[in-house]
Amino acid sequence: MTAAALDPRSIHLALVGAPNSGKTSLFNALTGSRQKVANYPGVTVERKAGAFVTPTGRQISLVDLPGTYSLRGRSPDEEITRDVVLGKFPGEALPDLVLCVADSTNLRLTFRLVLELKRTGRPLMVVLNMFDIAQRRGVTVDLEALSGALGVPVVTSIAVRKGGTAELIRLTEEFAARAQEPTTGNTWAPLSIAELKALQREADKIIRDTVTMPSKPDSLTTRVDAVVLHPVAGLLILALILFVMFQAVFSWAQPMMEFLAGSFAALGTLVHDTLPDGLLQSFLQNGVISGVGSVLVFLPQIVIIFLFILLLEDFGYMARAAFLMDRIMGGAGLHGRAFIPLLSSFACAIPGIMATRVIDNRRDRLTTILIAPLMTCSARIPVYTLIISAFIPSKEVWGWINLQGLVMFGLYAAGIGSALAASFVIKFFMWRDYQPAPFMLELPDYKLPRVRSITIGVYTRAKMFLHRAGTTILSMMVLIWFLASFPQPPAGAEGPAINYSLAAMIGHFLEPALAPLGFNWQIAVALIPGMAAREVAVAALGTVYAIEGGKEAADQIGQVLADKWSLATALSLLAWFIFAPQCASTLAVIRRETGSAKWMIVTFVYMFALAYVASLITYNVARAFGA
Amino acid sequence: MTKPAALGRSVAMDIPVSNPATQLLGNAPRGFCGTIRGLDVQAGGSSLSAIELESQLIEMGFVEGARVEILHEGAIRRDPIAVRVDNITIALRRREAMAVVVF
Repeated sequence: MTAAALDPRSIHLALVGAPNSGKTSLFNALTGSRQKVANYPGVTVERKAGAFVTPTGRQISLVDLPGTYSLRGRSPDEEITRDVVLGKFPGEALPDLVLCVADSTNLRLTFRLVLELKRTGRPLMVVLNMFDIAQRRGVTVDLEALSGALGVPVVTSIAVRKGGTAELIRLTEEFAARAQEPTTGNTWAPLSIAELKALQREADKIIRDTVTMPSKPDSLTTRVDAVVLHPVAGLLILALILFVMFQAVFSWAQPMMEFLAGSFAALGTLVHDTLPDGLLQSFLQNGVISGVGSVLVFLPQIVIIFLFILLLEDFGYMARAAFLMDRIMGGAGLHGRAFIPLLSSFACAIPGIMATRVIDNRRDRLTTILIAPLMTCSARIPVYTLIISAFIPSKEVWGWINLQGLVMFGLYAAGIGSALAASFVIKFFMWRDYQPAPFMLELPDYKLPRVRSITIGVYTRAKMFLHRAGTTILSMMVLIWFLASFPQPPAGAEGPAINYSLAAMIGHFLEPALAPLGFNWQIAVALIPGMAAREVAVAALGTVYAIEGGKEAADQIGQVLADKWSLATALSLLAWFIFAPQCASTLAVIRRETGSAKWMIVTFVYMFALAYVASLITYNVARAFGA
Repeated sequence: MTKPAALGRSVAMDIPVSNPATQLLGNAPRGFCGTIRGLDVQAGGSSLSAIELESQLIEMGFVEGARVEILHEGAIRRDPIAVRVDNITIALRRREAMAVVVF
C-alpha cells in the first residue's frame, strides 16, 4: 500500500481526465522525474505513480489514471480508472482526493465527466489545465460561480509553466489540512442514455452560465490541418515525416555512436593491457565490455526514435496520422487506432502491444497484436546497422539520399508491407464476415511540445533500455562468452580456441538447418541468444568473432563480417531479421495481453516460418545474381 | 444488422425522414455546416450495439443542438471525416456518422 496509509500527514491523489486534457504534463509537472512506471497487477495497463512534497512538508502521492470520457469502462484501461476511483481495484489505495483534469479550451466533455465523478462520492477537485492557452484564445471563467455550480473546488493550472501548479498544490494542502470530511456514499451506476443526455445538458448549462467561450476554433490548428489533413498533401507529409525519422535515426545518431563505440573499444584495450592474459581478461574484454558495449552503442538511436514518437504525440499529430491512415489500414483489415500502437512498435513491440488496449474491439486488437512485432523495433537497429555499414557502401544517390539510409528505409518498408499483408491474411481467413469496429477519435488542437515533458519521457525510456542492457543482455552475454570459451582447447590444438567450444558444437549442430539460408555456424550461435533480446545477436557475433580472432576482430566487427560473409549471406540475415522470431519478452507480453499461450505460439510459429522462407528466397536470389 | 454491401450512401433512402430539410451527417459533403437534430442509432451500419453507439456519440459531444461542420475527409471514398462539434474536432467514419441527423 502507499505511504498515504502509513503517514497521517500524507494524502493520496488520483488524476482523472479525458484524453488530451494535459493530464500527463500535469503529472510530470507535479512529480518531475520522481515517477515509477509499472503495470497494474494482473492486467497490462501502464500504472504511473509518483510523489512530491508540498512547501509545508506534506507527502503527497499520486497516480495518473488512464484517460477516459466516462466511467463506463469500455476498454481495459477505462475500467481501471473506474475501479480505482470506486475503490474496487484490489491492491490500489482509494484516492483521498480525485483531481479531474480539464483542458480549459474544451470543457464540455470534461464537465460531464465531473458530474459523473461526483456521484462516486469521492472528494473531488476540478483542475482547469492549460489555462494560459484558453486565456489567449479569449476564454473567461467565473471560477467562483463555476465552483458553486459544479459543487466542487475549481483551480486553474498551467502545467507546463514553472509555478503554474502552485495554486493547485496550495488547495490540495488546504484540503489535506482539513479534518477528513465525511464522504457521501457512492451513488454511481452505469448511466442510461437519458441520464447521459441529462448530464450533458447540465454540463452545458453550467458552461453557459459561468464560461465565455470564443466560438471560433483555434486558427493555427485550422490552418495546419488544412494542409496536414488534406487527402493528398496529408499523406505525403506523413510519408515525409516517417522518412525523415528514419534518416535521422541512421545519420544523426552516427557521431554519438562512434564516440560510444570508440570509448568501449578503448576500455577493452585498457582491460586487455592491464590484466594478464587469461580467462579473467577474456571475460571482461570479450564477454562484458564488447558484449554490453555493442548494445549500448545503440542508445543514441533509441533516444532519437523515442524523441520523434513523443514529439509527434505531444504535438497532437498522432491522432491526425490515425485519421489519415484509417481507410488505408482498413483495406488491410486494420483499425485506424492501430496506427499508434504500430508506430510505437517501431521503438519496441512491447509498449506497442501494450498500447493496443486503446482499441476497444477484441478482434481488431488481436490482429494488431499479431502484426505489431513485424514493425521494425529499435532492437533490430543494431543488427541492421552492423550489416548495412559492413556491406552497403555509404554513398549519396540522387544527390542527397544516403544509400545506407535508403536501405534502412527499405527494411522498414518491408516490415510495414509484411505487417499489412499478414493483417490482410488474418482478416481473410479468420474474420471474413465481421464488420469493422467504429473509429472515433478526438483531434486535439496542436500544442507546442514542452522540453521538460519530452525530456522526462525520453529519460524514462532510455533508463528502461539501460536497465535491460544491464540485466537481460549482460546475463546473455556472460552465457555466450561461457559457451564460446569452454571447454578450452586441448594443449597444442590447432586453430582458434572457439572451434573446440560448446558454442561451436551448438552452431555446427544447427548449421545444416540454416545452411540453405547461407548462415554459417557463427550466425547460428548468435541467433539463439538473439531470442532473449534481438540486439544480443550483434553482441553475440561480436563475442564469437572476438574470441575467434583476437583483439583486432573485436574492434572491427563490421570489417570482419565483410571479410567472412558473402553479400548473399548478409542480405539473407537482414531478411531474417525483418521477420525475426520474437524476443522472449515480446512473446511474454503477447501471452499476457491475449490471455492465452495459443496466440503466443501462433506468433512465434508464423514469424519463424516467414523468416525462414524470406531468408531462403533472399539468399538464393542474391546468389543467382552473383552476390 | 445490415450487410456491409447494403451500406453507403443509399442508406439514407431507407430512413423515414420527417423533415425534408434534415439529412444524415454521414451523407453530408465536406464543408457542410449544420445543427444536430438528434441521433438515430438504428439507422447506420455500425458494428456497435445501438446503445453503445449512442453513448459514444454523446460522450464525444454529438448532442441535440450542437453545431457541426465537416472540416476534412479522407482520401479513400471521402472517409473518415473530421467534424467540428461545437468547439472540438472529432474524427469518425461516415458509417457511424449515419446515426447523426442534422439540418
